[in-house]
Amino acid sequence: MNQNVVVIGGGPAGIEASRKLRDLGYTPILIESQPALGGKLTRWDRLFPDGVEARAILDPMLQDLDGIKYFTDTEVLSINRLKDTWVVKLSNGLSAQVRAILLTTGFDLFKAEKKEEYGYGIYERVITNADLEDWYKSGAPLQFDNVHTIGFVHCVGSRDEKAGNRQCSKVCCVTAVKQACEFKEKYPDATVYCFYMDLRMFGRKFEDLYLKAQKDYGIRFVRGRVSEVSEDIDGHLFVKAEDTLFGKPLKIKMDLLVLMAGMAPAASSASLARMAGITTGEDGFLVPRSIVGDACRASREGIFLAGAVTGPKTLPETLGEAASAALAIDQFLKTPVKQ
Amino acid sequence: MIDFGYGLTPSATLKIENVQNPRFEALHELEPDVVKCIACGSCTASCSAGCFTEMSLRRVILSLQRGREKETLPMLRHCMLCGKCQLVCPRGINTRHLILSIGKVYGLNEEDGR
Repeated sequence: MNQNVVVIGGGPAGIEASRKLRDLGYTPILIESQPALGGKLTRWDRLFPDGVEARAILDPMLQDLDGIKYFTDTEVLSINRLKDTWVVKLSNGLSAQVRAILLTTGFDLFKAEKKEEYGYGIYERVITNADLEDWYKSGAPLQFDNVHTIGFVHCVGSRDEKAGNRQCSKVCCVTAVKQACEFKEKYPDATVYCFYMDLRMFGRKFEDLYLKAQKDYGIRFVRGRVSEVSEDIDGHLFVKAEDTLFGKPLKIKMDLLVLMAGMAPAASSASLARMAGITTGEDGFLVPRSIVGDACRASREGIFLAGAVTGPKTLPETLGEAASAALAIDQFLKTPVKQ
Repeated sequence: MIDFGYGLTPSATLKIENVQNPRFEALHELEPDVVKCIACGSCTASCSAGCFTEMSLRRVILSLQRGREKETLPMLRHCMLCGKCQLVCPRGINTRHLILSIGKVYGLNEEDGR
């Protein structure tokens, strides 16, 4: 058989789908624009809800690429329909003619500096969830002195129509609670606050983690969205929010503020969708034939979707969808071309 | 005095970072489950006293955490210890016992509470 399938996006979804396609007897051509495979998972230290190391998931995947042709530092220049096939031109001068393309371009992290009132990129002690994760992963000492009070701001660029992201990013609630507990492990004397609108602890063991954060780690939860952040002469932060349960405005001095930047649609998805002529949703994520029952097929024949390219997803959901996309592609390729 | 049309009002803003809260710490020691509250409001909704008074256990717990007990402790005077809140609490907090412990730690007496 040994038929080629083009997989665009070398994060967890793309790698997992490529492995499954290879196991089904196909030759996946995996294309990644960055210098290395692994996508955003490469930046994670430990994963919710159990604190498993990200590399324990990613490394075995990266060591199992036999039979997969992959190109890093490579962009897709064009996608064109030619009879029953798709012709994909790459920036490295190669091109592939295939019947099936899988888009696994994931998401872009919301640019926290867009929420100017939070001061990311202006105040030194305002960082993002990704910055904090980088720091956890590096194992380096904290670059700031005297960090006694730290806050996590949920929903930065999520559920925010004005910021152009109406959707819930789904994973930030549990990520904030995970990171808050980890901070407490490193700095047991620190006072850690989470500012939330709702806590969406939907997954298995997520609610347990929340309970642990309250009971064992003493994380303080304040229901209210942070409205503004300012800085004093020493670089400490003043955070304003309403304690909506108390019904009073609240002002608190913080030594570090972590913005939980959400998932925005990937810029690359939009341009690929234009090239392939498939539907992009009003929210910027790509649209499958049915979100409920046909989540892996795009609006045009031979184009498949998996992972956060169709909306915010957790890692296990992404891996599951990658496998089901591989099966959908297998089924599609086994069906003879209509004459 | 000249009336300029405005006056000074004390700030209504909660300032929680400087709250020294030894009594809440003592309560936490006695009732570790007090931090498990998720502020769902089941206790307040089911409260027999709450229909006729301002009694709200949810508000009491929150104000103790914020060091603003004066505002809500008198509410507890209305509690009849019927225990309905304990039946409905999704976090399984022993609310009846918690209320008694609050009384013990915060020294409620006949005048300002039970």
